[in-house]
Formats: sequence, structure tokens, C-alpha cells
Amino acid sequence: MDTLTDAFVWLNDPLNWVGRNGVLALARDHILVSVLAVLLAAVVALPLGLWLGHRGRGATVGVVVANTTRALPTLALLTLLAASGLFGNTATVLACAVFAVPPLLTNTVTGLGEVDADVRDAARGVGMSGGRSLWAVELPLAVPLIAAGVRTAAVQVLATVPLAALVGGRSLGTIVVTGFGTQDYGQVLAGGILVAGLCLLAEGLLAIAQYLLTPPGLRALARDTSDTPSRRTRRARVTSPGLAEPATSGSNRSGTTS
Amino acid sequence: MRLAQAPPNPWFSWEYVERNAADIGRALEQHASLTFQAVVIAFVLALPLGALAHLRPRLAGPVLGVAGVLYTVPSLALFAILAPYTGIGRTTVLIGLVSYALLVLTRNVLVGLQGVDPAVRDAARGMGYGRSRLLFAVELPQALPSIVAGLRLATVTTVALVTVGVVVGYGGLGQLMFRGFRSNYHAEIMTATVLCLLLALVCDLVIAGVGRRITPWARVERPV
Repeated sequence: MDTLTDAFVWLNDPLNWVGRNGVLALARDHILVSVLAVLLAAVVALPLGLWLGHRGRGATVGVVVANTTRALPTLALLTLLAASGLFGNTATVLACAVFAVPPLLTNTVTGLGEVDADVRDAARGVGMSGGRSLWAVELPLAVPLIAAGVRTAAVQVLATVPLAALVGGRSLGTIVVTGFGTQDYGQVLAGGILVAGLCLLAEGLLAIAQYLLTPPGLRALARDTSDTPSRRTRRARVTSPGLAEPATSGSNRSGTTS
Repeated sequence: MRLAQAPPNPWFSWEYVERNAADIGRALEQHASLTFQAVVIAFVLALPLGALAHLRPRLAGPVLGVAGVLYTVPSLALFAILAPYTGIGRTTVLIGLVSYALLVLTRNVLVGLQGVDPAVRDAARGMGYGRSRLLFAVELPQALPSIVAGLRLATVTTVALVTVGVVVGYGGLGQLMFRGFRSNYHAEIMTATVLCLLLALVCDLVIAGVGRRITPWARVERPV
């Protein structure tokens, strides 16, 4: 209970909020780094995903990429980049971008892959070129999954950025790491609450944004099957009756939700 | 006057590995045992949770929701929130790891159970299976592939996550990475990273192998 009081005292001290190492400045850096990382990852992953998904042969690539990066510890990449001379937030942006690519890539590829083949046929039937069909038909239908990928990536990056405090990056994680360093557990707890709060807030806001981005027609469709389990079962049954690659369904699942 | 030559700082150094074998072994052992314990505990918790959510569909939303919120909280924040209460050390890391593995496992157990073909379920009910017998003798074995997939995912993620335990002094190989970073010793960081990847790969292969052995029916080749 004592630490909790300490944490509230820390949070209520205005001096901890302003200034170069205040909560506000650190939060700004945190968000800035995250946005840059997501943008960088999107620039790489979205065109690649669109191309692979349109060609209809990228599912395995996406899964392999996703599984490899999942095994690579964030801390390892951060220390590697930081130790090779990229100090501060440049290393953070790069490392976080690397981890944001898989959800974006997998979801884009899956989103395009799940477009009904009949719809694609119809697009070709009315004389659309490949690019036109991708832009006018397949992409709008894939938007919900792509938006989900952006949301997953963004929340994941927001959660990863604090780790960079260990290697000298500035973010809300700095508060936690400094607190551990000075054995001030009130500050540690306060920092933890701030970081967790930021992530939960971002998750909520992005969920709303995702809802708004989804075309109204698809939204109605999603409402019919809105209880997640039944939607998943339907998809699981469609995609993997033989269950040759359990990892595929597993990683897609974790990519689209959470 | 000649400037002193900076000592070489290679990324790979077999000499480092040989000299510090005991140290590396200790870190690796800590890493592996933390991963193992976390996944086992999470699995023991996830099985009944998933089954409960399956038997009482109204609970599925809350169960997954709570696990999802836990999963959204960043690891560093979770360790920071836990550390003042559970102290600096193994327990804190373990609780954190378990709570992350829990979501993946629970969700896969639930998805596996719900993915059972309704016709199979009907057939079992028609043969007079009760609810619990249906669950244990029909649905659970049918859900095995999904559960194994969840185990693989959870294990690989946990291996990577253990390194974050460095903030409370129990990071396994993360400990080596951090120390290497502090003393700017490249070989130490690289060795720890490679070992981490290897550990994840080995665990993944072992679980996949076991999964293949316990689900022989999944191996029956599909019609060509």
C-alpha cells in the first residue's frame, strides 16, 4: 500500500510533469517515436503486402517473416542497433519499425487473400485491369483487416518503445528505468501506470478509428457475425481443414486480434 | 605520437564463448527454465479457462477480454507494476510471462474447442456421450492441433519476452545482452541474441514434433 501512495504522490507532483524530463515531454517523445516507427513500417509493409496479396501468393512469406521476428527479442535488436553506433531514438524507431512490419504485412496479405474469388472474377468480367481491381474492389474489401493490422502494430510499438529506455532512448519507459535505478518504487509504479494507461488508451482510440474506417456495408456484415468466436471458427474451418500448418492459423489469429 | 589503437571489438568471437562458457550456460539455463515454467503454468491455467469459456459461452467474452487487456499492458509496465509488490526477482518475471502466455493459450484452446465439426459433436451426442465425456473424449482431442499451435506461439513469444526481465535482474540471456551493451562488448550481445533465437527454434521444433506424434490423424495425407 505504501508504494501505491508513493506512486500517487509522484504523480501529483507538478515538477514531475513539466520540464525536459517531465511526463509531458517524455510522453510526446514516446508518441512521436511510435508514430515514426509505424509510418516507416507502413511504407515498407503496405505496398509489399498489397503486391503479394494481389498476386495471391504471399501468405507463406508473411507467416515466415512474422514467426522469425517473433522469436527475435526486442531487447536484442535494440541493444544490437544501439551498440552499433545508433544511439538514442534513431535506434528505437528502426527497431520498432522492424517489429511493426509483420502484423501489417500479414494482415494486408490475408485481407486481400480473403476477398471472395467470385468478386475478383466479377471485377475482371466488367473489364477492370489488375491495378484497377486492386484499387477499386479488393482494397476496400480488405480495409477492415488492414486497419486491424495497423492497430495491432501501433499498440505493439507503443508497448515496445518503453524498452528502449534501457538503451538510452527517451520515452515514458525512462521513468520506470530511472525508478529502478534509484530504487524508487513509487516512481517505478507511477511510470508503469502511465505506460500501461497510454497503451490502453491508444488501443481504445484505435478500435474506434478502425470501426469508423470500415465501410458501412462491411460493418453491417461484421455485426451479423460480431461475436468473435463464431467468426473465427468459420474462418478456421474454411482455411485449415487438414491443419497442415497449425502455425499459420495461429499467427493469423494473433495478427488480426489482440 | 601515435594514437593508441582501439582494441578489436568483433561481433562474433569464439574466444569469448570459450572463456565465459559457465556464465553463458548459467544465463541460458535461467532463460530456459523461466520459459518452461511460465509456459507450463500458463497452460495449466489456460486449459480449464478455455474449457470453461467453451462450456459457458457467456463467459467467453469476459475471459478473452480480461486476457486481452493484460496482453495490451507492455511488459516493462507490467514488471514495473508488479515489482513493488512481488519484489525484485524470479517471481515477478514469472508472473509477467505467465500472464502474456495465458492469452495466446486460452484463445487457442477456445478456438480449437469451438472449431470441432458440429457433425462430429452430433454423432458423439447421438451415441449417448454426456457433456463432460464429450469434452474430454471428443472435443479436446479434436482441438489438439489448435492447442499445439498455441503452445508453439506462446513458447516462442515467451523466449523473446524473458529478456525484458532484465529490469528486475532476472532476464536470462537478456542479462548478457544488457551487460554487453553497458560495456560495449559486441560479442556478448551477439552471442546472447543467437542463443535466444536458437532456443526459440529448438523449443518450437520440439513442440511441433510432439504435436505431430500425438495427432497422428492430422498426418493422413489429403486427397491429391
